[in-house]
Order: sequence, then structure tokens, then C-alpha cells
Amino acid sequence: MDLAVVWFCVIALLWLGYLFLEGFDFGVGMLLPVLAKDDTERRVMINTIGPVWDGNEVWVIVAIGATFAAFPGWYAALLSGAYLPLLVVLVGLIGRGVAFEYRGKVDADRWRRRWDRVIVTGSWIAALGFGLLIATTVFGLPLDANGNRVGSVFAAVRWETVLGALALAGFALVHGAVFLSLKTDGDIRLRARRLAARIGPYALLPLLGLLVWAQVESGAVWTWVAVGLAVIAATLAFERIDRGREGQAFAALGVVIAASVVALFGALYPNVLPSTLDSEFSLTVAGTASSPYTLGVMSWVALFGTPAVLVYQGWTYWVFRKRVSTAHIPAVHAP
Amino acid sequence: MDVLDLARWQFGITTVYHFLMVPLTIGLSVLVAGMQTAWVRTGDTKYLRMTKFWGKLLLINFAMGVVTGIVQEFQFGMSWSEYSRFVGDVFGAPLAMEGLVAFFVESTFLGLWIFGWDRLSKRVHLACAWAFSLATIASAYFILAANSWMQHPVGVELVDGRPRLTSIWAVLGNNTALTAAPHTVAGCFAVAGAFLVGIGAWHLWRNRGDQPVWRASVKLGGWVGIAAFALLAGTGDLQAKLMFEQQPMKMAAAEALCHTESPAGFSIFAVGDVARPDCENVKSITVPALLSFLAHNDFTTEVRGITELVDEYQAKYGTNYPVDERLGELSGKPIDYVPMLPVTYWGFRLMIGLGALSAMVGMAVLWLTRKGRLPRGRWFPRLALLGIALPFAANSAGWIFTEMGRQPFVVAPNPSGVDGVWLFTARGVSGLAVGEVLTSLIVLTLVYGALAVVEVYLLTRYVRGGVAAVMPEKTDEPGDTLAFAY
Repeated sequence: MDLAVVWFCVIALLWLGYLFLEGFDFGVGMLLPVLAKDDTERRVMINTIGPVWDGNEVWVIVAIGATFAAFPGWYAALLSGAYLPLLVVLVGLIGRGVAFEYRGKVDADRWRRRWDRVIVTGSWIAALGFGLLIATTVFGLPLDANGNRVGSVFAAVRWETVLGALALAGFALVHGAVFLSLKTDGDIRLRARRLAARIGPYALLPLLGLLVWAQVESGAVWTWVAVGLAVIAATLAFERIDRGREGQAFAALGVVIAASVVALFGALYPNVLPSTLDSEFSLTVAGTASSPYTLGVMSWVALFGTPAVLVYQGWTYWVFRKRVSTAHIPAVHAP
Repeated sequence: MDVLDLARWQFGITTVYHFLMVPLTIGLSVLVAGMQTAWVRTGDTKYLRMTKFWGKLLLINFAMGVVTGIVQEFQFGMSWSEYSRFVGDVFGAPLAMEGLVAFFVESTFLGLWIFGWDRLSKRVHLACAWAFSLATIASAYFILAANSWMQHPVGVELVDGRPRLTSIWAVLGNNTALTAAPHTVAGCFAVAGAFLVGIGAWHLWRNRGDQPVWRASVKLGGWVGIAAFALLAGTGDLQAKLMFEQQPMKMAAAEALCHTESPAGFSIFAVGDVARPDCENVKSITVPALLSFLAHNDFTTEVRGITELVDEYQAKYGTNYPVDERLGELSGKPIDYVPMLPVTYWGFRLMIGLGALSAMVGMAVLWLTRKGRLPRGRWFPRLALLGIALPFAANSAGWIFTEMGRQPFVVAPNPSGVDGVWLFTARGVSGLAVGEVLTSLIVLTLVYGALAVVEVYLLTRYVRGGVAAVMPEKTDEPGDTLAFAY
């Protein structure tokens, strides 16, 4: 198979890794004011992702880096074309990352409340923003023949991309709630489970809308199949969480996001970033790919690198497999 | 200001800022791993206390390095999309490798290290510290290989007007990278060394307990700083010799050497207007023939000056920018091949001067605290604390010099390499609206400024708190409490 196509799939896979893993990180942050009743419970929630969120975030760094290496034209057009939305995402990511590390470093309620607000806002911004970015690459930008954006600076903000933003935020809410029910114990676990069951069907509607919209625009039979699979897996997830089978519900949500990524990137292929002005100007897998040599080099690195990442990240989840409850949270100790 | 200027200011500000956090992370992570090793091997709790204290400062700093690093990776595509298209076949690979091979390891194993004190065996936990710290150095190498390719493009051929990668080994083994990497990493250790000396000496002087911890920290930091400076000087000399071949204009600009001289003297200090490339009105104190030696290991050889190099560059790379609306004001204008001389001249001197001063402070503190001695005057902790700023400033000056000295190129032409592989900075910028870049420049600068205040506040708090602040006394908490939680 053509290496460029392989790398298109690798990038879809990296995004899948990111959305699956940071999906629940975002959800935990977004649900912080909803699910926790006091500071100890907020700490329970944050500590379910404490050891892993930073490693999870690297998936997007590698996804973007791999796009630069394998499809420079795609990287250049998408990131410059969606400049202002990306700036907002970056500020959200900066705030969220620093907040996790800093919120417990001073023992004062004001200090913690401020950083909590940063975590919540940053998580919402990042989930909405990356949803918007992915929808932008699927539905396109007003690109000229050189791959430069010619529309307004808000060209990336349209009905379909806003739907994309809501789609990822909605998924993150459900995924985060199910993750919390899987990783916590006590009251908060029950609350998370109930919330997931209650909001789940509504929260995933934007995602369904996005998938259908993308298929109507440029789908194929097999991408419709992926949409069907996503719907079945989502239904299964709600049924499982309703019965208190948290692990199975979490796995089913994994299938939802995997099927969604397949449906979206499948609808996008063979484009990587369509031009909304003229399909002649659309950026394609073949047109933006790096040389076969560069792709070959990258393939070797990915062939050995990716399994290693999966092994040691998997091990991290194994090390921190225990549920966290309020009884586990140590007293605050800060100067 | 146009998009080009704004994008350059933003890249400069965000990069210099990012490289305040990075060297401390790299240097300190290795030293902390060393402290933990000493604890595991000897069982001496002094080393455990060192690990905990310096480790906490490392974490406060690391968070900032990570979040500002994300901006760097996105920025190439956002502000420099033409550059990204031009270099993508070559430049993206080391960046992607950095993420996949190094940054994944860093982030994952740091999480294990922070939260794993009671979950992992002592040795496995120590291994996590080493995996993290060595990965930071690997990270630095990949990024420096990418940067070195912009200084000295190798391993490519020109296809359809763009460089195409022909050998990844040439890019990763670029002689520019092989000298820049040890030089930069030594700069990181200079920072970490001064950090240990400054904070350690202050605590030692305050004398509020844990004296063995502070004494050992000062000693370690002092020697690390001195060794780092020796390595900086050695690798800096190698780099300079390469640069005289690879970017003669940068080195002429570093010296504000207007005319070719043989032998050429090394300017220590200049009075007057170094900005003028004709050297009118400049009085300079020089060491005769030293520049010739620095350039070619020979006191008699010729070193080319700016005037002669301008003629040479114009003949090779053209006299005017092409007429192209995307070049904005520069379209069709003459190309100015001379970097901003005050920046290169003084940047070079600040780098060397502050670096040397930093090593001297380290030496002075080591001497003053020898064999259990301790000066009582207030000047002592002040000197040591002030010393922390020196290597940070020297690093910034070095980067500003080397990046500004490459102008007007973003990819500098390789005199002995592939013909035609170079890119003017003005051609690399994205076709954005001024408002977009101005917004991001303002927003990022404000956010970074606010975060700098927070980081310094937290670091100060934890420095003041000493070891006790990061090592809770064992209380009668139930057995299943986490050893550490956010």
C-alpha cells in the first residue's frame, strides 16, 4: 500500500488515541463543578487523571508533529487557516496544564478555587476547540490554489464546525463521567454513573449529527457502516452503564470514538483539507504528502516507537489501576 | 508593523520564554535523578531530602516548560506556513521523532515518578527518574537537529524548488547539531548548577536546619556549574570554527568586523555605534590576532569582514527580493544581508561574559564554603541568588545571537552544500491578517507574563519552605492514603 495512505491512517490513529485518552481528561475537568460536592471530592476527581493526563496530551503533540512531517501542506494550511481558534485552544491547554500542577501547591481556598476555574474553562475550551479543528479539516476552509485561506479570519467557525465542537464536548462529558465511575469509589462513583446514564443519549447527539453531516457531504458505504457501528456501540454503552457495568460501558465508548474517527477520516479521504471555494484547490493525501523517503523513515520510527508507547503507557494505567476515593486523599501539605 | 515583524516578535518572545523553563528542567532532572541514585545506593536520608526538595522545584518548573512547548510546535504551522511547506519534508521528521521517541517517555515517566513513590519498588521508581531525565536530553537533541538544519542544511536535494530529504542520518548527524547539542545541554547544566548554588547558599546562610542538605547542594551545584562552563567554552570554540565556514556573515556580525583582516583581532568591548556596517565611529578594544585563531586555529589567517561578505552574498543569493505581493513592503527591495549588528555583537559578548561570570560565582561560593566555612555577611546569599540569573541570561543572549545572526535567512544557505537550498525569513511567514498575529502576540505575551509571576511566586514559596514543606511528617493517617496526590 501507498505510504502516504498509511500515514493518513497513522494520523487518524494518533487522533483516536488522543480523543480516547484526553476525552476523559477533558470530561473530568468539565464535570469538576458538577460532580464534586467539596474540595476532597474535587481532589478525588483530579487525581483519577493526575498521573496520566500529561502522557495523554502527548498524543496530540505527536499527531500534529506527524502531520508536519508526513503532510506539510496539510499542517501549514490547517494551522494557519484556523489561526484564531487555535490560539484559543492553546490558551486553554496552557491554563489547564499549569492548573493541574499548581492548584494543590498552596493551601488556600481562594487559590484552589481560582485554579479550579482554570481547569474547568481550559477543559471546555480544549474539548470544543479540538472538535472544531477536526470538523474544520473534514469540512474544509476557503483555500486558494496555494493552500492559503482567503476568507475571513473566522472562516473556520461555521455551523458544521460548531457542531463538531459540540460533538467532542458532548462525547467528553459522557466519556469523562463513565471514566469517573470506573476510577472512583463511594458516593461520587454513583453520581458519575447516574449522570452518564442521564445525559448520555443527549450529549452524544451532536456527535451523531456531525457524523451524518460528514457522510451526506462525502461519505461512502463503509463510512456509513462506521456510523452505524458508532450508534450501536453508544446504545450498548448506555445500556451497560445503566446496569452498573462501568468497564464495559467505557470500552463501548472507546468503540464509539474509534468508529467516529473512522467515519470522519473516511469521509475526508482522499482529501486532507477540502477547499470550500473550488474542489480543484482541495488539499489531498497524495498532493501534500512528503517524499517516500521521509515517509519511510517515519514509518520505521513509528513501527518501533508506537508499540513501546502503548506498552509503557499501558503499564502506567496498570500501576495506577486502583480506584480513588475520599479516603485515599492525603491531608493538604503545602508551604 | 506588518505580519512578518509581528510573527518574528512572537516567535522570539515565546521561544526565549520557553527556553527559560527548558534548561532548568533538563539540568535539574538529571541532578535530581543523581540525588535519588545516591539515596538508593547509600540509604542516607540527606539524599532523599535533596531529591524531594529539588524535585518539587523541578515539577513546578516542568509544567511551564510543557505548556509553552505546545505553542512552539503549533507556531510553525500557524505563523510560518510558507516556511513549513518549504522545509516540511526535512524539518517535520525530527519534530515528530521528538514527540514519539522522547516526549512520550518524558511525560509518562514523570507521571510515574510523581505519583509512584509508594506504588513502585525503589529501583523501578529510580529508573523512572532516569527515563524522564535522559528523555529530556533526547528531546533537546531532536529539536537542536531541526534547528541545526536551518543553520546548515544537509542531507537534501532540491526538487521542484523545495529541499527533499535524502539522508536522515545526515540531518541527525549534522556537524552543526553535534556541536550545538553539547553546547546547549552544557548551558542547561550551568543553569541547574547556579540554581543549586544560589538557593543552597541562601538556606545555608539562614541556618534553619538541614545544613547537610544545603551544603551538599551547594557543592554539587558549584562543581556542575564549573564543569558546564568548561564544556561550554570547548564546544563554543568548535561551534565558532564551524560557523566561520557555514555562516561567515554571522561571525563577522558577532565581531562587528567590517573589513577583511589578516590576522584579525578579537574585540573585547566597543564604544560607539556598532550598528553601522562601515565601522565609522567605533573604538574597539581588541586582542590582536585572536579572532584568526578562533576561526581557524591559526594566528595569521585572514578573517572575512562584512563589506566583502555582502558583495559575496549579493553575487550568490541576489541583490533584490523578487517582486511578489506576498513579500509585502520587501517586494523588489534590496536584500540587507547584514544582521542587526548591535544585537549580534552584544549578544555574543553577553553570552560569553555572563556565562563566565556565572562560573566565577560558582567558584567563589565553593571557595567561601570550603571545609565547613560560611561567610556571615548579607552580601553572601545576595551574590549567590543573583548568580542564578546569570546563566539564564547567557542562554537567552546566545539564542538571540545565533537566530538573529542568521538573518535575513530563516534557512541559511550552506556554502559547501546543495545549491539553492535557502529561504529568506520574509518568505516563510503565513499570509495572515495583521489583526490575527497582533492578537496572538498580545494574548500570549500577557498569558506568559502572568504565568511567570505565578511560577516565580510558587518557586519562592517552596524555596522558603525548605525541605520540611515537601516532606510531610508521618502522621497516623490510614494506611491506604496516597503518598502523593494533587
